Amino acid sequence: MRNAFAQEILEIARRDSRLIVLSADIGNRLFDKLKSEFPSRFYNTGVAVSGFCPICYTITPFITYRCYEQIRIDICYHEMPVVIVGTGAGLSYASLGATHHSCEDIAIMRVLPGMHVAAPADAQEVKACLRAAINLGKPVYIRIGKKGEPVLYEDVPDFEFGRWSILQEGSNVCLLSTGNMIANALESAKRLKEKGVDASVVNCASIKPLDEDMLREIFNRFNLVATIEEHSLIGGFGSAVTEWAVDHRMSANNLIRFGTKDVFLHQLGEQQYARKQHGLDSDTIVGKILNCLAGV
Amino acid sequence: MTSLEKIAREIRYKLVEMSHKARTGHLGGSLSCVDILVCAYWHALKIDPEKPSDPDRDRLIFSKGHAISALYACLAKRGYFPEKDLDQFNEEGGRLPEHPSPSCVSGVEWATGSLGHGLGVGIGMALAARLLKKLYHVYVVMSDGECQEGSVWEAAMFAPMHGLNNLKVIVDFNKWQATGRSCEIMAMQPLGEKFRAFGWRVKEIDGHDLEALCVTMIDWMDDDPRPSVLIAHTIKGAGISFIQDDNNWHYRSPSLEEVAKARAELEIK
Repeated sequence: MRNAFAQEILEIARRDSRLIVLSADIGNRLFDKLKSEFPSRFYNTGVAVSGFCPICYTITPFITYRCYEQIRIDICYHEMPVVIVGTGAGLSYASLGATHHSCEDIAIMRVLPGMHVAAPADAQEVKACLRAAINLGKPVYIRIGKKGEPVLYEDVPDFEFGRWSILQEGSNVCLLSTGNMIANALESAKRLKEKGVDASVVNCASIKPLDEDMLREIFNRFNLVATIEEHSLIGGFGSAVTEWAVDHRMSANNLIRFGTKDVFLHQLGEQQYARKQHGLDSDTIVGKILNCLAGV
Repeated sequence: MTSLEKIAREIRYKLVEMSHKARTGHLGGSLSCVDILVCAYWHALKIDPEKPSDPDRDRLIFSKGHAISALYACLAKRGYFPEKDLDQFNEEGGRLPEHPSPSCVSGVEWATGSLGHGLGVGIGMALAARLLKKLYHVYVVMSDGECQEGSVWEAAMFAPMHGLNNLKVIVDFNKWQATGRSCEIMAMQPLGEKFRAFGWRVKEIDGHDLEALCVTMIDWMDDDPRPSVLIAHTIKGAGISFIQDDNNWHYRSPSLEEVAKARAELEIK
């Protein structure tokens, strides 16, 4: 995802002279081309640049938690067209320890007035999402993975804030997933199929705003809806869907949420291991969905 | 009395009136920066109140947002908005919040109130000028207590690195913060040496000497490749005997009798 991000940044920089990249001491080789073509448009720090469209990029905890008040006041309060990109979101850097995990970023970003939040599914969607964010001209937060994530789209898909896309149609359960958990949702759907359960899978890359039209349709149509995200169950995408359901008098009984637990992970391991600790592996997801459908 | 002195006295009296009417604190920190703002708005800044959004205008980021009454009063007197609007300070439904909101009134460049943001914002604007090949200058007015914020020093490292000599910082060093003497709460001094070590051009000055402020803001700050910081030694509550250097006025607002007393002292007709 981060390579696709850097490629797309270079492409956009060539077309759009407003684009400025502010990085915080990462991406040593990632931005080499940008730096050589546009030396005055890459800065290794984080400051507000008026009259431009700054893209701020570093590892997720350091571009969200660390500088939260600057984001709140200097970006959101002033409605600045700044795109904040957190790389290695969720448990992407699981083995680096909890300092590098980010399972609370969606919560704190989506609560900010005027902020838009997106989690693209793969390297292709990163490109689409970045283009849409720059065109939007408003505060945007994009959480992406690192590298080597499965590629789901052959070409750059359509991306629009407030619009989701159905990846596969099913009738028994609807899996709403976002960001780098979409591959996991698709895998879970495949395994459910083997158990005779027909699952829809929706790519909910736009976390704020939600796709309300699609949500209404989904809650009216499915007896069971599941949200799957690599983020805390507190305040994340699943929380946003729950809030929406309650506010729109949809039955929250039909909803099951998968996300990280309310703990810092002390066990050392890679991303898949960390997901398993949080019950975010497809074994656990499939098991819980089957239990729900069976009324357990 | 020079015309700038007269303006500064009138603004000081207006601040006392505003604090009384709105029942707001922070009068001491507003009074300490009046002379700095008068020199900036009547002498140094290249601005036109008729064209507050002129892309070539000089910008002043008033980072010590708690003292915003001083900026409001200057902007109104300079013609950015009617002086009668100052009556709306801290009024329900009014245009002038106790800490400024974005574009609450013409001339306010940035919403401040949480200390330690203004320098980074000013750097962004100075960098934008450089990239857009514009000649405007960016002034940032900070408080001394504000220099205890870590974000100030992150920003202070960036500006010299990129040779932002269009950036001019003025520290209103009034020696007090909310709960005590700033130099007794943190190791503030030597503040000038700290900036110098970070690569800034530093000058220390009497922040109530209008003539020296005017000369320095224009002449001294314009002929060096480094960003400049002017450490203006000021007195909290300056200009009014019973307010100056008394930190109770960080929170207090004056009574009607005190307003009259200030009026007499400032020789306001």
